[in-house]
Amino acid sequence: MRRSHEPISWSLFGAGGMLLAFIGPGLIASTLLLGWLVQDPQALYATLSSGLQHPLTRLATLAVIALPLYHTAHRLYHGLHDLHIKGPTWLLGGFFYGGATALSALCAFWLFTL
Amino acid sequence: MSDTIELAVTRYRPEQDTQPWEQRYTVPCSDDMSVLDALNYIKDALDPSLSHRWSCRMAICGSCGVMVNGEPKLSCKTFLRDYREAGVLEVRALDNLPVERDLVADISGVVEHIEAVKPWLIRHSEAPVDTAHSQTPAQMARYHAFSQCINCALCYAACPQFGRNPAFLGPAALTLAQRYNLDSRDEGSSERMPWLNAEEGVWSCTFVGYCSEVCPKDVDPASAINRGKVASDINYGVNLFRLLRGKGDA
Ligand code: SF4
Ligand code: FES
Repeated sequence: MRRSHEPISWSLFGAGGMLLAFIGPGLIASTLLLGWLVQDPQALYATLSSGLQHPLTRLATLAVIALPLYHTAHRLYHGLHDLHIKGPTWLLGGFFYGGATALSALCAFWLFTL
Repeated sequence: MSDTIELAVTRYRPEQDTQPWEQRYTVPCSDDMSVLDALNYIKDALDPSLSHRWSCRMAICGSCGVMVNGEPKLSCKTFLRDYREAGVLEVRALDNLPVERDLVADISGVVEHIEAVKPWLIRHSEAPVDTAHSQTPAQMARYHAFSQCINCALCYAACPQFGRNPAFLGPAALTLAQRYNLDSRDEGSSERMPWLNAEEGVWSCTFVGYCSEVCPKDVDPASAINRGKVASDINYGVNLFRLLRGKGDA
């Protein structure tokens, strides 16, 4: 029996799903409510961007963005299989997991050069 | 309320038929009659050539599985009264498995998968005969639901991944692997993990979940497989660590 390497993508999928389930709704709701709740947008921006100066905050923000990206990519990739949509593995895998990796890298670049 | 109901049975007799065909029978219908009673009525009173499998009549032997109106069911645990509205019951052999004859599916592939994961207690040392391997209720609760499987193969008829790739170990085999791996008396998980870790092990499952819906014993194989994924994931990490330290692949 050959060992599958699926645990790599499944770990990212599981971590992303867990994050989304715990803090996703709260994040979305609070972002939506910002417009009503915040009196002084400039002050909020200043607070948030100074918060993002700390490497740990940056790392946490990256996790909140990158892991759900992998989660989505993994679900879509396997969703295609369930829908009987066939294609070369390198192409589909490259598109979904490669896409999630590229977007995560872009996000990391922005966060760490802020 | 009609006192008869029609059964549309998919017949296949390998020595006569080139392909399956449908035969209709009208059988009496009462509140206490199961689909198995109806099949036995056909066999006894209408057509002795019909083949179907059964033994216990009480949902414990696991041999009477058939598709009823497209769903995998134990025929002894499925009642005609629930199909009065529909008027006709379509009965055929379990999906995803070769048909031996009429309603008899060939489950030997499933049995091989189940045997592959060594579904028995593996011990490196035997306890002396005068002492038992004691277990607390909490330790038993960890695997108890998974031990209720009767090997009826309904979950295999339900699983689209097994339908597409019969090499996939499938719900019951992976559940039994978990059942023994979670048992505090067992020492054999290292012999079962390679099966779980393979593509044909837990990783062919895309969590459709239909297996757990059709299981007549509430075993919840989908949950067992997902717990198997966590175990295989941890095993992958541990193995990576071993490889990094220059030890061989486990
Ligand atoms: S897990 Fe349930 S459906 Fe599958 S073989 Fe066991 S009892 Fe039957
Ligand atoms: S006859 Fe035994 S399970 Fe149905």
